[in-house]
Amino acid sequence: MELSKNPGQLLSSIATNERHGENSPYFDGWKAYEENPYHPIKKKNGVIQMGLAENQICFDLIEEWIKKNPKASICTAEGVDEFKNIAIFQDYHGLPEFRQALASFMGRVRGGRVKFDPDRIVMSGGATGANELIMFCLADPGDAFLVPSPYYPAFDRDMGWRTGVQILPVDCDSSNGFLITKAALEAAYEKAIEDNIKIKGLLLANPSNPLGTLLDRETLTSLVSFVNEKNIHLVCDEIYAATVFKSPSFISVSEIIEEMGSEICNRDLIHIVYSLSKDMGLPGFRVGIVYSYNDAVVSCGRKMSSFGLVSSQTQHLLASMLLDEEFVGNFLEESSRRLAKRHEMFIKGLEQAGITCLKSNAGLFVWMDLRLLLKEQTAEAEIVLWRVIINEVKLNVSPGSSFHCTEPGWFRVCFANMDDHTVEVALKRLHAFVRQEKAGGN
Amino acid sequence: MGFVDRSQENLLSKMATGNGHGENSPYFDGWKAYENDPFHASENPRGVIHMGLAENQLCFDLIQDWIKKNPKASICTPDGVDAFRDIAIFQDYHGLPEFRNAVAKFMAKVRGNRVRFDPDRIVMSGGATGAHETMAFCLANPGEAFLVPTPYYPGFDRDLRWRTGVQLLPVVCESSNNFKVTRKALEAAYERAQEANIRVKGLLITNPSNPLGTILDRETLRSIVSFINEKNIHLVCDEIYAATVFSEPGFVSISEIMEEEITCNRDLIHIVYSLSKDMGFPGFRVGIIYSYNDAVVNCSRKMSSFGLVSSQTQHLIASMLSDDEFVDRFIAESAKRLGIRHEVFTQGLDQVGIGYLKSNAGLFLWMDLHHLLKEKTFEAEMKLWRVIINEVKLNVSPGSSFHCSEPGWFRVCFANMDDSTMELALTRIITFARQSEELRIQRKRQCWASNRPRLSFSKRRMDDIMTTQSLLSPHSPIPQSPLVRART
Repeated sequence: MELSKNPGQLLSSIATNERHGENSPYFDGWKAYEENPYHPIKKKNGVIQMGLAENQICFDLIEEWIKKNPKASICTAEGVDEFKNIAIFQDYHGLPEFRQALASFMGRVRGGRVKFDPDRIVMSGGATGANELIMFCLADPGDAFLVPSPYYPAFDRDMGWRTGVQILPVDCDSSNGFLITKAALEAAYEKAIEDNIKIKGLLLANPSNPLGTLLDRETLTSLVSFVNEKNIHLVCDEIYAATVFKSPSFISVSEIIEEMGSEICNRDLIHIVYSLSKDMGLPGFRVGIVYSYNDAVVSCGRKMSSFGLVSSQTQHLLASMLLDEEFVGNFLEESSRRLAKRHEMFIKGLEQAGITCLKSNAGLFVWMDLRLLLKEQTAEAEIVLWRVIINEVKLNVSPGSSFHCTEPGWFRVCFANMDDHTVEVALKRLHAFVRQEKAGGN
Repeated sequence: MGFVDRSQENLLSKMATGNGHGENSPYFDGWKAYENDPFHASENPRGVIHMGLAENQLCFDLIQDWIKKNPKASICTPDGVDAFRDIAIFQDYHGLPEFRNAVAKFMAKVRGNRVRFDPDRIVMSGGATGAHETMAFCLANPGEAFLVPTPYYPGFDRDLRWRTGVQLLPVVCESSNNFKVTRKALEAAYERAQEANIRVKGLLITNPSNPLGTILDRETLRSIVSFINEKNIHLVCDEIYAATVFSEPGFVSISEIMEEEITCNRDLIHIVYSLSKDMGFPGFRVGIIYSYNDAVVNCSRKMSSFGLVSSQTQHLIASMLSDDEFVDRFIAESAKRLGIRHEVFTQGLDQVGIGYLKSNAGLFLWMDLHHLLKEKTFEAEMKLWRVIINEVKLNVSPGSSFHCSEPGWFRVCFANMDDSTMELALTRIITFARQSEELRIQRKRQCWASNRPRLSFSKRRMDDIMTTQSLLSPHSPIPQSPLVRART
């Protein structure tokens, strides 16, 4: 234990390892954007940010609601009398009306096909905090969770950084439209056993990020059976539930377990992670939710929520907003409609440029297939192509490798964080690029 | 609910099935008693008054007044809604620049502008709760330890240990020298850790202290800095009560010590802060880590993703704390009102000879009830505490829950209620103290009457003197003792 002045040695292993994931090349695209961000007037040749899965499509509806509902705020003349009560409210159960509102909203997003119990709603610091929290509840350091790839890059950090939990990918590829197969799951599970790794659960993102696809009833049911068979947990990240913009409609794990009944499915294994960051477009508000069917997990999770409660000011605002049934109904419908329109515009534009995408009906992005533009079907070639897209085409898209996709050539491209005009500019650039590449005899 | 059935033990993590959350401590019985029978001035005037919650509710009128005058601070007013979209999508873990600037400025003002804080070192967290956990994650590995002077805030057990696996080792402080943190106690604690083969990574101090309400003087602070440098361990200073200092001596922050001529490796120094106590906003979850160590700033900032401050709240706070005139007025008025509240409370206790640690900060008093204990044990303390909760109907916090090494101390919060509730609480305490005293006198008399008739006279004189002393107080409402009357 040398008394060195090196700050790195003074810190914990967690502080000095790389599991925060930010040294991945994935962030180079962000840096390129930050150094030269696109602006329709001031920086027409800047980098367009297409790496951020944000939903900026319906703010007009929200702003209109805000203007009509001053009591939702503790800062308006109409609402300030509540300021003190809200400012001192730190109960980790959360405001009862907030929990009611979230439970109600989650039910509406699933077409009223299931009901959610407000007493199972546990707050967390965004979905980021929710994913970490559920891991702390379900797994010990060194334990593992299976996660189908391609998957959201930050799962590595959220689930594993401070928890010590491992992620074991279950690789999916385009040969079957990136479907999760029972065979692939079993193989991953078996391998873990051989390697002496204890699997505590399976994590699914449904709708999928980055694919934008949904799990069908058969697959979901089979996955629920799988976890029951192995007596492991199922964590479903349903953060994009309301971004489904055309059929088939979303089927939530909450519906499957209703159908299966408690004799077939042990509900103590089932947990949902949710947030308002994507469905409502409010990532800054840090509204993360853990919804568990396991009482002990609700209880423990709630105690842990002290580390990342939702600001009472924000709870108060959203309680009001999401209990307004008319607003919610209208919002969900309009959001869906606008996303569908944007998606349609985008894929048509890509088609014209000769680019295909994985067929999808949800999410704020498309999974773009640029395999034909790769010099070779390797991860290195994908990165080379990616740097070209960032530096020359000036679009910050996200390379499939950052999502742990085992098949090179796929890119996630976000389309809901910009206006129509910017989408057109992006499409033009892609069109020009592809033409150029084809002309180059690629 | 602490029960977890056997089948869950294998299903869940060890963390989930253990008691590391700390809620099975008897400390929470008081809360439960309150929740089952909460005081309300009109609807439940005989209910339990909550004196276990260190909250600052004295200055909401000032804040509400400011809110009304500054509609642009909100993204929900007609004046402010144009900022709604930009704020709602802002999730950068650096935080809004204006938020960091405002917090840095506020922290400086709270320290009389004797130091400046760098906004780029301001890192957000999920309240101070999240800040402490993040610090433990950054500075220590599972099994390693932090030293903490006793008595200390019970939540530290959960915040620093539960999910991190870090240990807390007490630095025992005693009433004989007003619970001062001595070099001797620090060294003893460090030695004990060495002997137990536990690696100490740091020292956590709370200044102003919870539950003591006292501040560390310059000499002690410098001695602490010297100690941690010598051992090459971190110093985490929780300064969450910095603006609750209401009388002399003035607060000295670790940041001021850093500016003085002192040998110190700045990479060892970190401050935890929050707006929960100084501003009275625990619901807003505004936790702050301020580190002089670049790597810690960097790492904790990445970790802040697990508990960022809502951008809506950042925006409001940025506005409020940038208003220099408001902030200056608030800090001054808050201290003034706390001082008055403290004085009223302590004068009440003086009337009945209840001792307390002399303090000049915090939202509570460290009350000495050891003379009411049947024996000097923690069991007796618990017994007394249950009486105070169930019969006196006050939820105060027993010293043992703060890991105090001596039984008989209780933390009593006084800033989370209005004046009339406080008067009522004080009346209940005074009545209880007097009843206890009378009971004690009666018992002693019975005892002497039956055992030692000859000695009783001198002891009775002693009692008379003691009773007379309280009667001499101009504020005492107790009727004169017949003995005293008889003598005069």
